[in-house]
Amino acid sequence: MTALPPSFEHWFATRGWSIHPHQREMLARADAPSLMLIAPTGGGKTLAGFLPTLAELADGAHKGLHTLYISPLKALATDIRRNLTIPIEEMDLPIRVEDRTGDTKQTAKKRQRADPPQILLTTPESLALLISYEDAPRIFAGLQRVIVDEIHALAEGKRGDQLMLTLGRLETLSPGLRRVGLSATVDDPDALAAQLARAPDPCEIIVADPGPDPDISMLHTEAPPPWAGAGGAYAVREVLAQVKQHKTTLIFHNTRAQAEIFFHKLWLANEDDLPIGIHHGSLSRQVRANVEAAMVAGELKAIVCTGSLDLGIDWGDVDLVIQIGAPKNVKRLVQRIGRANHQYNAPSKALLVPANRFEVVECMAALEAVKARELDGNPKGPGPLDVLCQHIMITACAGPFDEDALFAEVRGVGAYAGISRAQFDDCLDFVATGGYALRAYDKWKRLLQRPDGLWQLRDPRSALRIRMNIGTIQDADMLKVRMRGRGGRPLGEVEEGFASSLTPGDTFLIGGQVVRYETLREMTVEVTRRADREPRIATYAGAKMPTSAQLAHRILDTLQRPDWPELPRHTRDWLHLQREVSQMPQRGRILVETFEHDGRHHACFHTFAGRHAQQTLGLLLTRRMETLGLHPLGFVGTDYATLVWGLDELDDPAPLFEAHELREGLEGWLTSNAVMKRTFRGVASIAGLIEKNLPQVRKTGRQATFSSDILYDTLAKYDPEHLILRVTRQEAMRGLVDFARVEEMLERTKGRVDLVRAKRPTPLAAAMLLERDRVPVAGAGRERLAEEEAARLLKESGLAAFGAATIAGV
Amino acid sequence: MNAIEIPFQGETLCALASGALFWRARDLLIVSDLHLGKSERIARRRGTMLPPYETRATLERLAADLAATQAGDVLCLGDSFDDLDAAKGLDPEDRTHLVSLIQGRAWHWVEGNHDPGPAGLPGEHHAELTLGPLTFRHIAEPGAQGELSGHYHPKLGLPGCGGTRPCFLFDTDRMILPAYGAYTGGMPATAPELRTLIGSPAFAVLTGTKPLLVPYPARAGTGRGRRRF
Repeated sequence: MTALPPSFEHWFATRGWSIHPHQREMLARADAPSLMLIAPTGGGKTLAGFLPTLAELADGAHKGLHTLYISPLKALATDIRRNLTIPIEEMDLPIRVEDRTGDTKQTAKKRQRADPPQILLTTPESLALLISYEDAPRIFAGLQRVIVDEIHALAEGKRGDQLMLTLGRLETLSPGLRRVGLSATVDDPDALAAQLARAPDPCEIIVADPGPDPDISMLHTEAPPPWAGAGGAYAVREVLAQVKQHKTTLIFHNTRAQAEIFFHKLWLANEDDLPIGIHHGSLSRQVRANVEAAMVAGELKAIVCTGSLDLGIDWGDVDLVIQIGAPKNVKRLVQRIGRANHQYNAPSKALLVPANRFEVVECMAALEAVKARELDGNPKGPGPLDVLCQHIMITACAGPFDEDALFAEVRGVGAYAGISRAQFDDCLDFVATGGYALRAYDKWKRLLQRPDGLWQLRDPRSALRIRMNIGTIQDADMLKVRMRGRGGRPLGEVEEGFASSLTPGDTFLIGGQVVRYETLREMTVEVTRRADREPRIATYAGAKMPTSAQLAHRILDTLQRPDWPELPRHTRDWLHLQREVSQMPQRGRILVETFEHDGRHHACFHTFAGRHAQQTLGLLLTRRMETLGLHPLGFVGTDYATLVWGLDELDDPAPLFEAHELREGLEGWLTSNAVMKRTFRGVASIAGLIEKNLPQVRKTGRQATFSSDILYDTLAKYDPEHLILRVTRQEAMRGLVDFARVEEMLERTKGRVDLVRAKRPTPLAAAMLLERDRVPVAGAGRERLAEEEAARLLKESGLAAFGAATIAGV
Repeated sequence: MNAIEIPFQGETLCALASGALFWRARDLLIVSDLHLGKSERIARRRGTMLPPYETRATLERLAADLAATQAGDVLCLGDSFDDLDAAKGLDPEDRTHLVSLIQGRAWHWVEGNHDPGPAGLPGEHHAELTLGPLTFRHIAEPGAQGELSGHYHPKLGLPGCGGTRPCFLFDTDRMILPAYGAYTGGMPATAPELRTLIGSPAFAVLTGTKPLLVPYPARAGTGRGRRRF
């Protein structure tokens, strides 16, 4: 146990603070090899994590790195440094604290490697980069403690897997180091603890008092929410009024694009000039830093933000959280609500703003779930192999390694405890030779086995390229945006796909300002300022989370009630109308509505399986409809339903839902669809098959590059059992394909299908017509349209094409 | 197989959906930018190990086109190999396949910027080649007449009909072929480099399941407007 030095007790006393029971307990159990604290936001988690470190370093005896602190956000590392500096300075402790993230200057990074501080604050990616250096053993030799903050957020994805592999490495470099995890309230603490601890060792868990129930409700607005959409712009006035009444408000959005649009609208309506800022991951470092600084200084009344402020940053003055758009996930909602009122044991205040009519129902279901303290969980699968491949490359960058030792190290990582030697060897072979059935690269291997059995890079220069591609965050390809002119100010980033759709003169929103697209120069979007025009809308990469299964069930149950007195009138009327002209979707049945609209036959499948599964269903259903000759043209999937349109009418939907057929369809279809290609892109770049960042490459023309889709098609055709394809398949099934949710839906509906033939779009289906993200279906129908379009263009052009003709048979 | 017949400089050329061009009067199949051995070159130069199957995929496509057209001769319009070392580094099986295609045919290798000399395979090597009214060279020259070239890998999409596809571009004086190789990207047909070469009137033939003849997009308002699937 670590005792608290008297100077600490004194410091707490002078500030009028008392140490929370869970902070004392963290001190008492500081010797535990792994220890996890679960505490609500505002519970002094971070201090609880650092107290043992500060106490151990108080006498100045420890030289070199003592504690590594890892957070999922760069901003958090900076913020913690600020917060730690206060007690260290006031108690005059001989401790140096520094942060190291992608934003840290090169010179500072170099110095940190030569002379590490006692406490280093970093992110999983920067840490992975650190262990890839040859001098990693020296840097980490005396490391005592590793604190993983917001471990619940990291552990959900591959960043957590990479971090835990890195911790396995650190354990080898500094045996006996202690691991500490800090987590918000989660549904399954034991599973989280098992990821943190060295497998198969146990992990001690401390659960802090969860505090009082939050004060949470739906925001009342004069205008009803729109039928579709996700922005919440209709509520701008009411939101502003709330901002005025509170000290500091965080306004959360589910995607960056929505945050931008809302901020713009907020600003236009902001007649009192309330100081309001915007913060999201696509903004440039400078812009984010300015907003953070203004927030810390208490200069802002409100901040429009996304997941980039989900975590960490301790702003004691936040007294209201507004969530725009349905929260999709109760656990995340609870964590966001916790951002309000960082005072332990005071209720947090939050308002939900449904973005469309259906989300009113979802928000109500979420409110009920929060009151019932019912969190939704999603069990995590075993550690993904693409991350392991990258870890093997990182290990090779640091120096020659022994495969048996590395295998043992990997087995000590919770998520990889069950990995077989064959799986590990597959990964090693992939990294070394590409792992193809065709042994093409024996001459150009990436790794070579030396006579003494150790593996090393064939070409040491490749370490540079590997380091440039470290990380598991898969954003779409982003282009930097800056103001035109020499040394133009960087504003942020936009998706490459969005940038390529721009023509000079187009306007879009970034960082809350309207800018005009001028030109694309060396992969940078150059813009000028425009204040006078309505913007085209920037579409940033925004991971849209599906509504959780638990929440979807709650919604279905809500819909079955005879009336909804707690809902606003507009939504109530809408639901009653749906019941009148059609019927309500039920948990145990599939409701299919068909109608004609805009010259196309439509079929709406209300199956409530979440966005990803609904999209998968869209692909599977259109595929079956294609075989049935119904000429489907496209579909759109939301969290609640899938709408398909095509050239012919669907008469009998029941056979479409035969589980066996769907599963079989999945098998055949999986290899050739866009979701697989998208998943492949992520897996292939994490595993190092595709390098996104290349040193000093100036592409002379775009014909030099080709898409990863081509690689996918080729690999699928000639080497279908290749490691990367196997990983892609598994991941797609769990992730974007989300077939588990399709199965769950089939299980609860058991083939009971109701068909409603409507004369016009039903109230529920009408909202679907307005959804964006429409997916075209490649098939006979589309080919027919393409031919018609080509013929039309040719005719319109008034040119005879020199008598060129289509002929059959050459 | 479907094809688009294009009258060009008094000759009739067939644009195939695969991206190959068939000159029936000369019994000649023309393909451009095969980039054979591309993955091997990338592995050699960068250490990235892409799926090494693109040569196989390209040759299978070529064999299928030869079988369908029964073409006697072949002309490869430059960048047939990703570099000259890649020609030497071909997988033995792929090389055997290629040689078997060459055997019994007049096979013309026009050089490109990636393969500026003979690649050590059977067939004739040319810097450029003129057959009747048509001149074959890898990179288009301004002001040329009756010229067929490759190099730019042009691609084009139709509004509302999915993504872009590799395409042929032609006006009365010149034709630019799409890249035939499996691992080849594309340059938008409306890029300035191509626009300065292509006169008016001009057309494109999109490759894919079926070849589609469309007018070459005019300068303003290209590919924009409301999308509807």
